[in-house]
Order: sequence, then structure tokens, then C-alpha cells
Amino acid sequence: MLKALQLEPEKCTGCLQCEMACSFENEGVFNPSKSRIKVFNFHDEGRFAPYTCSQCAEAWCMHACPVEAIVINPKTGAKDVLESVCVGCKVCTIACPFGTVNYNADTGKVAKCDLCGGDPACASACPTGAITYVDAEHTGLERMRAHAAQSIPKA
Amino acid sequence: MAWQRKLLRVDLTAGTCRAEPLNMEWALKYIGQRGLATKYLCEEIDPKVDALSPGNKMIMATGPLTGTMAATGGRYSVITKSPFTGAIACSNSGGFIGAEMKAAGWDMVIFEGKSPKPVYLLLENDNAQLLSAEGLWGKSVWETDDIIHTTHQDPLLRVACVGRSAEEGCLYAGVVNDKHRAAGRSGVGTVMASKNLKAVAIRGTLGVGGVRDFKAFMNAAAVGKKVLKDNAVTGIGLPTMGTQVLMNVINEVGAMPTRNMREVQFEGAAKISAEAMHEPRESDGKPNLVTNAACFGCTIACGRISTIDPQHYTISNKPEYRGASGGLEYEAAWALGCDTGVDDLDALTYANFLCNEDGFDPISFGSTVAAAMELFDIGAITTKDTGGIEMRFGSAEALTKAAELVATGVGFGKDLGLGSKRLTAKYGHPDLSMTVKGQEFPAYDPRGIQGMGLTYATSNRGACHLRSYTVSSEIMGVPVKTDPLSTEGKPELVKAFQDATAAVDSTGLCVFTTFAWTLADIAPQVDAACEGGWTPETMLEAGERIWNLERQFNLDAGLTAADDTLPKRLLKDAAKTGPAKGQVNRLHEMLPQYYEIRGWTADGRPTADTLKRLDV
Repeated sequence: MLKALQLEPEKCTGCLQCEMACSFENEGVFNPSKSRIKVFNFHDEGRFAPYTCSQCAEAWCMHACPVEAIVINPKTGAKDVLESVCVGCKVCTIACPFGTVNYNADTGKVAKCDLCGGDPACASACPTGAITYVDAEHTGLERMRAHAAQSIPKA
Repeated sequence: MAWQRKLLRVDLTAGTCRAEPLNMEWALKYIGQRGLATKYLCEEIDPKVDALSPGNKMIMATGPLTGTMAATGGRYSVITKSPFTGAIACSNSGGFIGAEMKAAGWDMVIFEGKSPKPVYLLLENDNAQLLSAEGLWGKSVWETDDIIHTTHQDPLLRVACVGRSAEEGCLYAGVVNDKHRAAGRSGVGTVMASKNLKAVAIRGTLGVGGVRDFKAFMNAAAVGKKVLKDNAVTGIGLPTMGTQVLMNVINEVGAMPTRNMREVQFEGAAKISAEAMHEPRESDGKPNLVTNAACFGCTIACGRISTIDPQHYTISNKPEYRGASGGLEYEAAWALGCDTGVDDLDALTYANFLCNEDGFDPISFGSTVAAAMELFDIGAITTKDTGGIEMRFGSAEALTKAAELVATGVGFGKDLGLGSKRLTAKYGHPDLSMTVKGQEFPAYDPRGIQGMGLTYATSNRGACHLRSYTVSSEIMGVPVKTDPLSTEGKPELVKAFQDATAAVDSTGLCVFTTFAWTLADIAPQVDAACEGGWTPETMLEAGERIWNLERQFNLDAGLTAADDTLPKRLLKDAAKTGPAKGQVNRLHEMLPQYYEIRGWTADGRPTADTLKRLDV
């Protein structure tokens, strides 16, 4: 079963544990600036929203890459960057409509979410359940449940 | 070790920035943040120095766990000599700038001297520059934050700065970071402004590595997070209600300082409580509270994000205040509300916004307004002194007008900006100042919670709840329940809380974790992160060392045992209502014993043996 990250902004408190977990998993240090998931603080609205790659089926980054450095991971369905192939041309960062592929100047390569190979560190680290890793074909299940609950007769 | 092992020394007089290795020998004795920066301050300044002169220094310091994945590991402190109390000042703040400083490669920044012109520090990893702040001087915290982001076209910069109150000499101005988190107490912002330093803007992309044992650290951090989640206070109470969960509780036990501490219960408490913040209002059907919010790395998330009723008199003509911002925490709600007798939730939220917008401590501000209201009540000041404001207890209009005046330092705001000690002395009634060492009390009346009397009297930074929060034991039963009306065992309790808190404040963690954590939960995280073989025992000893070092600074600055006291009102005038009815604070039953168990002389000086034992 293919799984996907489900992001629920209404549960996010903006603590950045996800960003630290992501950078620790991928870079070996606690470094939000290198995180592939970002939490945005909409100050005047008093809202927080985590955002990362949604692993598009027809991934624009993958199609744009001139050296085929972005490939589908058959186990997770994630679009993985092959660092050994990536030449750092950044075309994928332009192609992605959502801004979730970014260049890392330290490595000269691009970096994006790869679902940590099937056990995303951000989801494990999130203390409020704002980031969960669920059945990719039923990311709407909880919302459906909430609406279904409204339709049942009141006791 | 989860240190960057590097500090930045900024000589504002000369306009230079240079890197220095962190003194790791001291780090092994004083942990970091509060403890380590206090050590630097004690070594580098004369305790008798005029706090607002170039001879004073201001240190922004992180702890070893700041910027790591430990729950709440985002704290930083500002350490300096206070112009408000003449004692050591150490104000702790959350938000995000502490972790950003650490991620930029710095454990600490020491500011010394005074810039000839207004400047701000831009710190991007190794690149430190002092830039002209002439365009920022005269701007609020919120404007300064926005302008710096726009100027550098970098939304990820974190900014700490002072507002107009600090520039105008308000003695309880703080340093505000991330728009509404603050190193708020004791006038640390006043010191910053006195150095012509408007702001510090930081961007760090290096991250925090160097953890001694990553595997052990991640395990210890995960265990700690579970303890926080499973605890009723840190898992449910604080995220849902914030610190405001205390409003009704403290009122019921009769320890709610009301109308400048004339009374101990406030009839309007329910109207300004956490529960009230959740109630939809009539005008737009929205509650005051928008959401809870976390500081960096915090899995508790007690922060309040609020809006003001758009139809409220304070902002009906000011659309710029209609957005969400930092809402009422318990101490602010108490000082702005109960202590002034104002029960208008929106007026308090507005006053709180102004405290953030222009960087002044809501506790000292609210209590100073309360003192002014009592002066007005007894006829010691009139509308001639206040510039026409009817300073009556319970007047929301007086409160919000006062906040506007202190924010910009005009008119009666100049008097109010001096704090209640100087205000009441000026108008001939010094007994009406509810302060210790010149700093105003927080929201726990020591007639109803005896241990807090000793806490306030002996706090190294003047009256404060964050130096030993014995409310935890006396009211909430954490870690053990003690009788709030008894003085029995309180000297030991206060000492234990003071030492443990000094240790926690030196780690980079938030003291609110200690509703669930003890040093037995914290030491494994520090130990896995750092060399030094940290155990609960060695941390407690470091805490005691820090406490004695702070005490020694204060004694050298000229404070004496005579300053370890409470206002007459709390020692002589009995509580009028509630469970503590008939009680005064019995400080005299606790203080001599406290000195003794501290290993201090009868006049409150650490003995040579004590200093030697602790290797201070």
C-alpha cells in the first residue's frame, strides 16, 4: 500500500520539531534551514502551516530533469533525487509549481522530500499529529469521518 | 558537546565584532546560558558600575540544548546589570532567535561599550556586521522587525529588538524577539537601548551538531517528550488553557493580588480567565483566543495567539491592531487586570499588544499603574499629575491610555516608566510600591502562599516567580504537596527550587517543563548532549553555584540583607478574604533558617566555606 504525508495545518503549533527531525535524518545535524519540510507562520492570521513535496504522480521536477537524476522509488512512490547523478542545474526547482525542490549550496545538488525511504522522520517527530503518514489513497479519510459524524442522528 | 564553542564579542564603542573561543572550563561548572553568562559578566564588569553606562555589558546567551531537538530547547537569556534594581538581571525568552543564534554558529554574544550612533547587529553565520539603525530609531518593535526583513529581503531572519519605551528610558523595557516573545524583566531592554543598539538580526544555516552521543540524546529527548505529553499540566492544561489556567485557581485559594495588593481575591477574575478567552464574543462571534502556539522545539505549546474585538473602543479606529498577535499569559492578565481592578478582557489584550509592540514588561507596567491608581485613590496624585487621566481602580480607559503613554514615553508615561518604587517615592508614599529590590511582584500573593514570600524576598533579580516557583508545590502538589499557609519546611523548599531552576535556566530548556520533569528527566538529555558527566546531583550543585555567584554579584554591587524583605503591606496587613483570611506573610519565620541552610552568615553573605565548597 502506498502511503503519503498528510498535513493538517489546524493542528500545527509551529514548534519546528519536524524541521529538526528532517534535517537530522538527512544532514546529521539539527538545522531547520536544511529541512525539506517547512512550517510557515501566518502571523496576522495566527495560523501555522507545514508544507512539503506532495510526490506528484506526473512529477514536473522529474520530467524537467535533463540528466534523469529524479526517479520514482518503487517502494514508497517518492520522487527521489539521485545525488550521484544530479548536476545542480536547478531546472527542477523552476519546474516544481509548489517550490518544494530546493538547491543546497553546500552539496551543489538539489534536495527534496523522499519520505525518508518509507518512515518519515517529520511525522514521527510531530507532537500534535499535524503531520501523519497515511494510506495515499485515503488522505481524506479523517475529514470524511468528521463530516460523516455530523450526519449521524444525535443521541 | 552540543556547543558551538564560540562567542561573538561586539565592541559597540569601536564598532568591531570578533570571535572568541567559549571558555569550556567555565561551561563545565556553570552549564551555559544563565549560569555561564553570569560567570562572564562577573569576571568582566565591576558590579558597582552604573547599569546605563558604557561600562555595563549585555550578554545574549544560549544553553547547550538550545537549537537541539530536546523539547523546549529554544531558550536564550539576556544577562546584564539591571538599571531597575541595581542587581543582576537575567531575563529568559523563547521564540526562535536563541536557536537561530546557535544555528549561526554562536553560543553567546557579548555587547560592550556604547555605539556613538544607533546601530543594529546583522549576524549571518560567520558574517557579523554593525549597520546603521538611524532609520530604525524611534520605531516600535513591530515596525523594526518588518523594516529589517524588508531591507534584507530575507523572511527567515530572526529579529530581537527594543521598542520606543526603551529608547525613552522606561526602566522596565525588555528585549522582544519574534514580535511577541520577550526577555521581559528587570530592564534588560533599557540597557540595550542605552548602548544605542536597536536590534539584533540573525540567520543561521550551519545547524547544531556536535552532540556527544546522538543515539543516547535522541532516546533521552524522546523519553522526555513522552513524559510531557502524559502529564496533565504540560500535556493538556498548558496547551489548552495556557498559563491562564491559573487565573481561577489562584483566585480561589485567595492568593490573587488585587488592586495594588490591597486585597487577595478579584471579583472579575472569571471575566479575564482562560475560560473567558475561549468564549465567542458578541460582535463577530469569534473568541479572543485564535490558537495556541509553540516556541522553538516546544512540544507543550502554551503560547496564546489572540485578537481584540474589532468593535472594542481601543481599536475600533485602529485597523492595524485587528490582526492576531501574542495574547494574554497569566502574569500579564493578572498585572494588567486584577492588580488594576480592570476586568475588560479586550482592554487587557490591547495593553498586552502594546507591551509587545513597544517592548515593556507587562508585570512591572501593570503593577506600576496599580500603584498610580492607589496614589490617585488617596489623593496623592490628581489629574494635574496624570495629564488628565482619571487613574481610578477598575478603569480600562486609564489602563489603556497609560499603556499608550509608556509605549512612547510621553507625559505621565515618563513617571509610569520609572516603575512603582520611584513613582511612589516621588509622590511621597514609598510604602505603596509592591516591589522587592525595586522590581514588582508577579501574580501570587505571599500572604496566601507563604513560600512565595521567601521566594520574592531572596530572589536575586528582585520580586519574581521564575526564580523558585513554590506555587508548584504549595498549590499544585508538584513534586510534593505542602501547606501554602505554613512556613514549615519552606526555606528548604525555596532553596531546592532556586537551585534546580538556576540549573534548568542554564540548559536552553524552558522552566515550564518542570511541571512534569525533574532534574532526573533533564540530566540525561544534558549528559547525552555534553561532556561533563551530568547527573541530577551535579546539575543541582551547579544550580547552587550559580545562585551563590549571583548573590555575590549583588552583594558586591552594594545590596545587603536589608534588601531581602517584603513591602510592609504584606508583612502587616492581613488578607481580608478567602482561605488565607487573617494571614500576613511570616517572612521572619523563614529568612534566618534560609540563610543558615544556604551556608550564609546571619547577614546573608555566603561564608568562605560555602564559596569554597561550591568552587564559586
